[in-house]
Amino acid sequence: MSGHSNWPEWIYVAVVIALMTWVGAEAWEAERLVEHVPADAKTIIATGQQWFWTFEHEDGTKEIGELHVEVGKAYKFEVVSTDVNHSFNIHDYVVLIDAIPGRVNTVWFAPDKVGEHDIQCREYCGLIHYNMRGTLYVTEPTS
Amino acid sequence: MTLELQKPRPIWQIMFSTHHTDVGLLYLISSLTFLFLGGSLALGIRAELFLPGSQIIADSMTFNRIFTVHGTTLIFLFIIPFASAVGNYYVPIMVRYKDMAYPKLNAIAFWMIPPAGVLIWLGFADFTWYATPPYSIISAPGPAADMWIFGLKILGISSVLGALNFVVTILKCKHPDMSIGQIPLLAWSFLSSSLIIIVAIPTFAAALLMLLTDRLGVSGFFNPAMGGDPISYAHLFWFTFHPEVYVLVIPAIGMMYEIIPRFSRKPIYSYNSGIFAFVMLSIVGFSSWAHHMYATGMSFTEKTVFMVGTLAAVPASAMHVFNFVATMWNARIRFSTPMMWAVGGIALFFSAGAGGVVNSAMPLDFTTHDTYWVVGHFHLFVMGTIAFGSIGFLYYMFPYVTGRMYNETLGKIHFVLSFIGTVLVFFTQHVLGLYGMPRRIYDYPPIPEWIAMNQIASIGAMIIGISMAVFLANMIHSSAKGKLADTDDPFGLGGKYYYPFEAKNPSH
Ligand code: HEM
Ligand SMILES: [Cu+2]
Ligand SMILES: [Cu+2]
Repeated sequence: MSGHSNWPEWIYVAVVIALMTWVGAEAWEAERLVEHVPADAKTIIATGQQWFWTFEHEDGTKEIGELHVEVGKAYKFEVVSTDVNHSFNIHDYVVLIDAIPGRVNTVWFAPDKVGEHDIQCREYCGLIHYNMRGTLYVTEPTS
Repeated sequence: MTLELQKPRPIWQIMFSTHHTDVGLLYLISSLTFLFLGGSLALGIRAELFLPGSQIIADSMTFNRIFTVHGTTLIFLFIIPFASAVGNYYVPIMVRYKDMAYPKLNAIAFWMIPPAGVLIWLGFADFTWYATPPYSIISAPGPAADMWIFGLKILGISSVLGALNFVVTILKCKHPDMSIGQIPLLAWSFLSSSLIIIVAIPTFAAALLMLLTDRLGVSGFFNPAMGGDPISYAHLFWFTFHPEVYVLVIPAIGMMYEIIPRFSRKPIYSYNSGIFAFVMLSIVGFSSWAHHMYATGMSFTEKTVFMVGTLAAVPASAMHVFNFVATMWNARIRFSTPMMWAVGGIALFFSAGAGGVVNSAMPLDFTTHDTYWVVGHFHLFVMGTIAFGSIGFLYYMFPYVTGRMYNETLGKIHFVLSFIGTVLVFFTQHVLGLYGMPRRIYDYPPIPEWIAMNQIASIGAMIIGISMAVFLANMIHSSAKGKLADTDDPFGLGGKYYYPFEAKNPSH
C-alpha cells in the first residue's frame, strides 16, 4: 500500500507515456504525408452498391468489377455509395475508405508495379458482402 | 461462509427472492447459459470458415444472423450479467451492508434480461452488433431487426438500473466506519464501471429509438434518402460503446484484484494506483470513441484528436498490468485454477493492448480496420481477458456459493486447453487480418494463406469448445457431488488471513 516507495511504477508509467507519444508522433507524421494528394492525380469515381463496384474514369469510360490503371501514375478515388455503407479496399496498396450514401470520400494511390490485385468491400453490407470483390489491373502506360 | 449457505431451497423461492445473493445466483445461471449458447454459435462460424465454399451453414443470410447474435449474446447477455452476478454477491459484503441499496429494483433489473434474450434469439437479426444505418433501416429484414432493437433497449435499461444500484450501495450504504479509500478494489471496479454506464448508455438508448422510428419510416435521422446522416449514428453508437468496453473490462480487472493478491499471499502492490487507474480509465475512456471511424472520411484533425485520446488511455491500462506483476514478484504463489486463469488473462490483456495501439495509429488502422485483425484484437479482450478473469473468479467463488469444491485437475485442464485455443484462434486472426481478410464474410476466395490460417483458427476454436465441455461437466458434477469445501481456507493458502473480505454479512 502507501508504505513503500513507488519509484519503479513511476518509471514504468513514464516509459509507457514516452512510447505512446512516439507512436502518436510517428503516426501523425505518416498520416500527414499519406493524405497529401498529388496535384496531377487522375480522378476515378468508385461507386459501391449492393454488391459490386463501378468505376468511372475522367474520360467517362466505365468499368464494373474491374479497374484498369497505368503504372507510375497517381489516382484519386472519389468513393460514393448508392444504397448502404460499403468500404472500398485495395489491401495490397493500403487503400481503404468507406463508401457512404450522401457523402464523397477521397483516397489516393500510385501503383508502382505492373500486376493484378484484389479489390474488396470491407464494411458489412448484407447478403453478398462476402463476394463484393473485384480486380485491379495495373498495366504499362499505353501512350 | 458468506455467499449462500442457506439450506437448499426450491428454485421458485430463489426466483422470487430479492436477496442479493439470490439475485446473484440468477445472474450467474443466466449468464452462463448464454455463454454456452453464444459459444456454440461461434463454433458454427469457425466450422463454416474451415474451408472456402459452403460447409455447414446453408446461406450467407444465416451466417450473418449467426455472427450478429453471437456477438450480441456474449457481450450483453454473458459478460455484463456475469459482472452483475459477481457484484451482487460481493459488493454488499465488501461495503458491509445487508443487501443492495434497492433490492426490488435489483431483482427487476435481472428479470429484464431473460425477455431481452428471448427477443434477440427469436428474432435472430443480421445487421451485426452495431446495426449500422442505412443498412439497418432500409435493408435489414424485420421483425428480427425490430426485436433486436427492443431487446437492446431493455438490456440498456437493465444495465442503468443495475448501475444506479451499485453506485448508491457503494456510496450511500457502506458502513460508516469505512472510508471510500478502504473498500476493496473489486468494489471500486463496480463503482467506476457503473458510473461509465450511467454516463454512456443514454446516448445509445436515444440512437436506438431514432433507429426504430427511422425503420418505421416516420423519421429520417440516419437515412440519407430522407436527408439524414449515417455518420451521426456511428458517433452516437461509439460514444456509448467505446466507454462500454471499459465497462466490460473493469470488473474483470477487479476480479483479478481479488484473486492475484490472495494466491500470491501478499497485499496488492499498490491499492492507490489501482483506484487511480480505474478512475482514469473511466474518464479518459470518453475521449476516444471515433477511433472506430478513421475510415469514414473524417478530417485529419479529427483523426488526430481521437488518436491522442485513445493513446492517452494506455498508461492507465498498463498500470494495472504493472500492479499485478509487482504483486506476484517474489511471492509464494499458489497456482490453483483461479490463479491460472487470472495470470493467463493478464498475459492476454497485455497482448491485446499492444494490438490496440496498432489500431489507434491512424495509418496502420487502414491496414487493420474491418479485417480479421480487429476480430482478433477485441477477442483477446473479451475472451482472453474478460472471460478469463470471469471464469477464474467463478472457480474462486465456487466453494463459497455451493459449499463444495470443484475438481482441481479438470479446472486446470479447462484452463490449459482454453489458453492454447485462445492463442491459436485470436493470434492467428491478427495475422489473417494483415493478409487482408475482411471480417463478417460467409465465404472467401481460396487464397492459400487465408485457408491455412482459417484452419488453425477453427482448430483452436474446437479446442476451446472441448475445454468448455470439461468446464460444464465439472461445474454440474461438483456442485452436486463435489467434496465438501473447507470454507475457511478452500484453496489451502494457509489460513483465514488470506480471505480478508469475508466478514459475515449482518443479515445472515
Ligand atoms: C480495454 C479493453 C478493450 C476492449 C474490450 C476492446 C474492444 C474492442 C472492440 C469490441 C472493438 C471492435 C469493435 C468492432 O468493430 O466491432 C475494438 C476496436 C478497436 N480497439 Fe479496442 N478494446 C479494448 C482496448 C483497446 C485499447 C487499449 C486500445 C488502444 C490502445 C484499443 C483500440 C482499438 C481501436 C483503435 C479499435 C478500432 C479498430 C478498427 O475497427 O479498425 N482498444 N476494441
Ligand atoms: Cu460490403
Ligand atoms: Cu474503441
